[in-house]
Amino acid sequence: MRPTHPLADAPKTFDYAPSLEDRSIVEIKDRYRLYIGGEWVAPSTRQYFPTQDPSTEETLSEVAKAGPRDIDRAVRAARRALPGWAQMKGSARARILFAISRILQERAREFAILETLDNGKPIRESRDIDVPLSAAHFFYYAGWTDKLDYALREPGHRAAPVGVCGQIIPWNFPLLMAAWKLAPALACGNTVVLKPAETSPLSSLLLVEVLEEAGVPPGVVNIVTGAGETGAALVAHEGVDKIAFTGSTEVGKAIQAKLAGSGKRLTLELGGKGAHLIFEDAPLDQAVEGIVRGIFFNQGQVCCAGSRLLVEESVEAKVMELLKNRLSTLRVGPPLDKNTDLGAIHSKEQMGRVRSYLQAGQDEGAVLWQAFFEAPKKGFWCPPCLFTNVTPSMKIAREEIFGPVLTIQSFRTPQEAVALANNSNYGLSAGVWTDKGSKIFALSQQLQAGVVWANTFNQFDPASPFGGYKESGFGREGGLHGLLPYLAQR
Amino acid sequence: MSADHIHKTYKLYLGGGFPRSESGRSLKIEKASRSASRPPQILAQIARASRKDLRQAVEAAQGALGPWARARPMLRGQILHRMAEMLDARGQEFEDLLVGFGLSDRRQARLEVEVSCDRLLWYAGWSDKLGQVLGAVNPVSGPFFDFSQPEAMGVVAVYPTERPALLSLVSTLAPVLVGGNSSVFLIPYEAGPVAITFAEILATSDVPGGVCNFLTGTRDELLTHFAMHRGFSANFLVSDDPREQKLVSYEAADHVKRGKMVPQGTPALWRSNACQGLDWISPFLEIKTTWHPIGL
Repeated sequence: MRPTHPLADAPKTFDYAPSLEDRSIVEIKDRYRLYIGGEWVAPSTRQYFPTQDPSTEETLSEVAKAGPRDIDRAVRAARRALPGWAQMKGSARARILFAISRILQERAREFAILETLDNGKPIRESRDIDVPLSAAHFFYYAGWTDKLDYALREPGHRAAPVGVCGQIIPWNFPLLMAAWKLAPALACGNTVVLKPAETSPLSSLLLVEVLEEAGVPPGVVNIVTGAGETGAALVAHEGVDKIAFTGSTEVGKAIQAKLAGSGKRLTLELGGKGAHLIFEDAPLDQAVEGIVRGIFFNQGQVCCAGSRLLVEESVEAKVMELLKNRLSTLRVGPPLDKNTDLGAIHSKEQMGRVRSYLQAGQDEGAVLWQAFFEAPKKGFWCPPCLFTNVTPSMKIAREEIFGPVLTIQSFRTPQEAVALANNSNYGLSAGVWTDKGSKIFALSQQLQAGVVWANTFNQFDPASPFGGYKESGFGREGGLHGLLPYLAQR
Repeated sequence: MSADHIHKTYKLYLGGGFPRSESGRSLKIEKASRSASRPPQILAQIARASRKDLRQAVEAAQGALGPWARARPMLRGQILHRMAEMLDARGQEFEDLLVGFGLSDRRQARLEVEVSCDRLLWYAGWSDKLGQVLGAVNPVSGPFFDFSQPEAMGVVAVYPTERPALLSLVSTLAPVLVGGNSSVFLIPYEAGPVAITFAEILATSDVPGGVCNFLTGTRDELLTHFAMHRGFSANFLVSDDPREQKLVSYEAADHVKRGKMVPQGTPALWRSNACQGLDWISPFLEIKTTWHPIGL
């Protein structure tokens, strides 16, 4: 399936000596129970399932499978904790949230290593992005706790919490997604039942130590582990006032349908197929760095990845040359190595999905190019992949692959670029590279996407609202806008 | 019917024009006679829109969306103001329609027209303030200029109620239009003549053709088709019926549509400030965040 790279035999770069992070500073327990009402409790199902390191397929630990009775117990615990937490002075809640942020910073290295072990992402990313941004999120929303009335849009009202929130998060940024969900919910005085993804639960479970040390009262945050059934039980529970879900569009639609007519609040942050537009007047070397950041960050397992590259025809050949050269220098390898650019694909299941798209692309007539690499014997790996000869109707151009796979199409006019970009059911992110300011604004206004990165890509910040148009979901996370889904007005 | 009276035909409002239903169907609006022995009096015929009319209306709305969404905000405000001017000038006519079709008594009809004018003006003033009240420059921790702005969401399916016919129409139309959306309205049966007369105001207030489309007919027949149509980005449902609420929100999941639901309420409630607000506009706006590096 993989063609031999023309430069495969040529020395491309110097070999780096391995520079592995020391995993011994993280203590991983053999088994984790459910965290409900401030206690670790055994699941009613009596079942546990393993979670593994996707780069070695080694089992790291086993975690409890929560059943409907456990969900019920967690929701009740959250309900009992609600009045106390909601009525606590904002300034007191603020101190607790600030403390969470500070403790996360103090234990940053530990969290980064655990995240990389459980997820497979490069330590450089968990160390420089996931963990610091998680801490920043708690810090940002800590500041809001005693200023919530300023966030309301209707004059003459007081801010109030929504109630018990069920939050379901994905495996691609396990700790960061927990922070995105917990920080605004807690800041507004809500209590939470959080369900981490079944393949990456460990950082959420370690977070419990931080929450307890910071002084989060029992029952305010409950963590239930399990797969889709566990999430479905949480969505269906009558005692939940609001569901926040980040994950696939398919599951998001099922949740929206399930909640129809229930009166529960809902926010969805779903899939994407981000268009990344490169114009001939763009600084091409920088644009290539942006393309790499757009699609190979976290092995492309990013909902807002710039997975559809649209290049102005006049510079297509040049961009392809620069891009292939750049990709030949990316290092795919052990996630704990500080030199690694691309780590492991998160799971066997995800690897299978990526492979099926690589096959589908070729079956439909697209041409695959892969950077040369030697896969380790164990674990799940995929080198950077480019598809040319792509037409908009192909599966690989329409569906979210969630892997290091970039499709490339060309355009001749800005109108054509916008039409191609917007020809998608998704609308999460888009990117534009051009040196001309007026062109940036004209295009960013026309692109149907919740986030537009101009002359950059994949930037995140707790103060910046993030979320989608169309089938990429609704509601915003981050910034003042990220408070609104968790606020009621009285 | 007498020779000094010109018969008025109420057709659909679609793409800026007034066509009949492609189905050729119509519905009678009747008033019961005082004596049981005499047949009911026919007040008007309205067009009974079909699923195909809906398809055409959505296409018209999609075509009109881009230019309307990108129109200068103050222009949208001026057009809403123009609608109030026209409604005010034709106030007596609407009062008579509301009373004549048995939708209101005289006193309430007068109030309904008055408040409808006020409401249009209130929303007219919002068009060029949404960006400042709902948008933000975000203080990110990096060398980036980062800002968030509201944008039109798309084509909105709107389901107003029968009473108050005019005010529920205006109260749902103005917030949807002011943010730059286009729309297709499912007009309740007996509100047909009032709505189609109001469409004459739209047609003469520089609202571009296709921005607003009115389909008259029966909710039972068209609601499911409206709810299932993937051309809509959002629903705006006025209803107390749990089955309607469930149907519209369930079908919305198929295309991750957004929306707002409000209760049917009373004419007095619709006249109150509870039936206008920024939270009637914002469910039909998307927030777009744009990043750009800062550097030399």
